[in-house]
Amino acid sequence: MSTVEEYQPVFTGKARERLDDILSRYPTKQAALLPALWMVQEARGWISDRAMTEVAEVLGITPAYVKGVVTFYTMYHQHPVGRNFVQVCTTTPCNICGAEGVLQAFLDATGAREAGATSPDGNWTIIEVECLGACGFATPVLVNDDFIDGVTAEKVPDIVKRYR
Amino acid sequence: MGYPHKSHARETVVLSKHFGDADAKSFKGWVKRGGYEALKQAQAMDPPALIEEVKNSGLRGRGGAGFPTGLKWSFMPKEKKKAHYLCVNADESEPGTFKDREIMRWTPHALLEGTAIACHAIQAEVAYIYIRGEFTEPFQVMQTALTEASAAGVFGKTQIYLHRGAGAYICGEETALMNSIEGKRGNPRIKPPFPAAAGVFGLPTTINNVETLVAVPHILKNGAAWYKAMCLSNPKSTGTKLFSVCGNVQRPGNYELTMGFPLKDLVNDLAGGVKAGRTLKACIPGGSSVPILNREETESCLLDYEGCVEKGTMLGSGGVIVFDDTADMVYQIMRLARFYAHESCAQCTQCREGTAWTTKILERVLSGQGKMKDLDLLLDLSENMTGKTICVLSDSCAAPVVSGIRKFKSEFEAYITGKKRPAAA
Repeated sequence: MSTVEEYQPVFTGKARERLDDILSRYPTKQAALLPALWMVQEARGWISDRAMTEVAEVLGITPAYVKGVVTFYTMYHQHPVGRNFVQVCTTTPCNICGAEGVLQAFLDATGAREAGATSPDGNWTIIEVECLGACGFATPVLVNDDFIDGVTAEKVPDIVKRYR
Repeated sequence: MGYPHKSHARETVVLSKHFGDADAKSFKGWVKRGGYEALKQAQAMDPPALIEEVKNSGLRGRGGAGFPTGLKWSFMPKEKKKAHYLCVNADESEPGTFKDREIMRWTPHALLEGTAIACHAIQAEVAYIYIRGEFTEPFQVMQTALTEASAAGVFGKTQIYLHRGAGAYICGEETALMNSIEGKRGNPRIKPPFPAAAGVFGLPTTINNVETLVAVPHILKNGAAWYKAMCLSNPKSTGTKLFSVCGNVQRPGNYELTMGFPLKDLVNDLAGGVKAGRTLKACIPGGSSVPILNREETESCLLDYEGCVEKGTMLGSGGVIVFDDTADMVYQIMRLARFYAHESCAQCTQCREGTAWTTKILERVLSGQGKMKDLDLLLDLSENMTGKTICVLSDSCAAPVVSGIRKFKSEFEAYITGKKRPAAA
């Protein structure tokens, strides 16, 4: 017997109402695609192929089209990530202020082996991100939805403790 | 003001007056500070008169291109036959730039007010404010402000919606932003047609930067002549502009200056200069997409559209990145190239291949495997990446590479000749 879990749709009840409200803001259904994908990611943590099919059905577009959009935007996760998702800016302005040291400190403190990899306990995924738009507050780091300014390598162990 | 620092005596504080003042974020607090008065004033004006006033102020787009705002608004169809839209570009992602973030964090109602005024000017019923996905806090602040102001009914029939991006630098390009709102990949479109003829959903659209729109209420309240008088150098560049200073300076932050202010004074005086014992090596005055200035050029550059062009660079978005003598220019230019390679939408060959190969060749130079002819190869590649693509992302990658090789050639040569130890890329 197959033990494949049955897919539970995202857009039912309150979520469906929220989507209907979003749909009312645009003259086309497709324009709700980015907001709908955000809703999926908030609910499930990532966007599976099955979820893309659901979004496609709800918005009247093809699953292939949805996949094309998901793969274009870097913030949509196409695979499950750690319980805490950390984005460290390492673009030039932060780079000259020591951002690579901050990235290394996150890897060291969480046990994630390299940027992009999830720690063995499943709690942490650390990635390098291109410009977070807070260059004067180097180094900015996004931990899940929390934007933290002025992170230095020395401050990283405390931040990691807070989210453990 | 240079939030998080106190306002400097040499700043001209207009847009940034309430940065750091939490009370100004609320609807009540904003109204107490004279907020939404300009909107009432605008609603009583005929759109053409409103456009004329903004034209007379000399206000130019603060997103990077510096196109005259009133003129842009005047391109919208006079006789309204279809729905009109306003798109607000809050997809701030240009390395070195963090002004729109502070505007939204501290003065969300200023943006909403400017947005509503612009909607009246171009006769748009709907405005979409496109905020980059990573700006979680500014999004929340804007959402709260929008809910409050809408409940108070200040926008009349105008509908303002927030639209969250999802991590794509290219969506700051105006036509890519429109595609993104439509639920598509953020690929820039070929122009013409221009947005005023066929923009978002194929309908007449104007797109303005956050900082441009927050200047508009001040122009209405104080008059175009007042705005135009704020000018230290070329009369074609008027008003104030927020300059985001970052990199190797002691007091990074946003500083609001009258157009034409000397770059040297911004870096050395307001931002505190480089750390003691270090010297200034280079400066990018307008965000990572503009050519790099060396020390001499930095010391003689005036911060307005024309002053930057005179030094062979551009004012761009006003993101000032400062490099001191400890910065490895080859490594940092490679890092910029890698940024553009990562952010290329991959539509045009010159950009998709060019940004990737530029990065690879720079990595080769850094690893000690480079040859002298690689520098010519990079320049040749850059030439083929400039002015040949749908949008300017490709040109933006070439700008720091070409200026970097010209001005800091010895640093590249040191890696190639083995004088400098290879660096890990």
